[in-house]
Amino acid sequence: MKITIDAEKCCAAGQCVLVAPEVFDQRDEDGVVVLLDAEPPAEQHDAVREAAAICPAAVIEVQE
Amino acid sequence: MTEMIDTTVPAAPAPLPVQPPSGCPFDPPTEFGTLRAEEPISRISLPDGSWSWLATRYADIRAILGDTRFSSDTTLHGYPLSGMTGGASTKNRGFIRMDPPEHTRLRRMVTREFMVKRVEALRPEIQRLTDELCDALERRAGEPVDLVEALALPVPSLVISLLLGVPYDDHDVFQRLTGKLLSRTIAEDEREAARGELRDYLDQLVTAKEKEPGDDILGRLIVEQQQTGEITHDEVAAFAALLLVAGHETTANMIGLSALTLMRSPETAERLRREPGLIRGAVEELLRFHSIIRNGPRRVATTDIEIGGRLIRAGEGVVVAVPSGNRDATVFEAPDRLDIARPNSQHHVAFGYGIHQCLGQALARVELQVVIATLLRRFPTMRPAVPLDEIPFRTDMAIYGCHSLPVTW
Repeated sequence: MKITIDAEKCCAAGQCVLVAPEVFDQRDEDGVVVLLDAEPPAEQHDAVREAAAICPAAVIEVQE
Repeated sequence: MTEMIDTTVPAAPAPLPVQPPSGCPFDPPTEFGTLRAEEPISRISLPDGSWSWLATRYADIRAILGDTRFSSDTTLHGYPLSGMTGGASTKNRGFIRMDPPEHTRLRRMVTREFMVKRVEALRPEIQRLTDELCDALERRAGEPVDLVEALALPVPSLVISLLLGVPYDDHDVFQRLTGKLLSRTIAEDEREAARGELRDYLDQLVTAKEKEPGDDILGRLIVEQQQTGEITHDEVAAFAALLLVAGHETTANMIGLSALTLMRSPETAERLRREPGLIRGAVEELLRFHSIIRNGPRRVATTDIEIGGRLIRAGEGVVVAVPSGNRDATVFEAPDRLDIARPNSQHHVAFGYGIHQCLGQALARVELQVVIATLLRRFPTMRPAVPLDEIPFRTDMAIYGCHSLPVTW
């Protein structure tokens, strides 16, 4: 799995951080998404897919 | 290929359905189920006699809210303002009523204040406030107490006042004005008067804070954005109005409805007491199940766009039915059942969807988790003090809930 994000589009809803805190974080100055791990281990994959599915601004792209 | 598009306006489309079916105040209006099946993009009449599209399917709702060609700019011609809470389309209308790039610029000035780790850091303080209010509640054992007044409204009200730097001593003033702004039934001139009164109150507050900015959201906006020329005094006041109003009745009504649902479902309450780890998922499911946003969100098409087989033309308005999307059986299995262990409850659109999705959602989640868990733990025998049909439900308001909730224990 490879993740790319388009931080420009991020609206800082923070749901990705709730769902997959080991993969996503928020920037201190404005809450915009930070990708901690672009190629996360298998046990994170479900959480990452869920984060991508609920991201309101469609910021997270997942390549399987 | 687009089929023949019907562009005629029916003589009298029905208004937005608001009334839950009789006997079941937790369910959205039955009309939504019919519309989802038969006419998922339909027309409704607005109070001023104009009409708007109404979207009732989950997929269409996400498509509309996720597409910035549907504008949030309330000053645009055709925006379905009529009957909307807040109403007017003034210049200082807050970023919720703007499009990018203006929306993005303003929203980002406050996004860090509501980010997950900032809100998680507030959890002990929210717990402390909740415990204090529960202590006071405990001392009133034996008499019927209005849970809305005693707990559901004070928690979010205290928290947002604290965060913004608005004196909680003034809560009678801003709660009364918020109530008027969110009413569906008051006359437009009365709403305008309430809006003016809130504007005056916040104008004075911001003026005072310009002299002495505190360590709070408004203080930081003044020091970091207003004093550097990024935004004006009036824009700070618009931020204050938006965050204050949005922070109030939403969470308060979710607390009231959640408490009532759990009191009426002792097995669910018992399961939550037994397995406190379920609280996060339970809150998501309660958000989905209750879908308290009953009057929007709304958008106006900036170009011709096809949604759900219908052509929505540039300049036409759309009202999105959150309660309907959250009960869409193609997404949520047995959607009318409250299931606190539902695997995909978090896919709800109770906070909206798209770039305008609720800024305060992390805060709302923590408040709900803390208050509901505390209430269940400390008042296991709490029950409604009146029959269900005597509880005044807020069918007259943009945010659904109970006006009051008499309880005993």
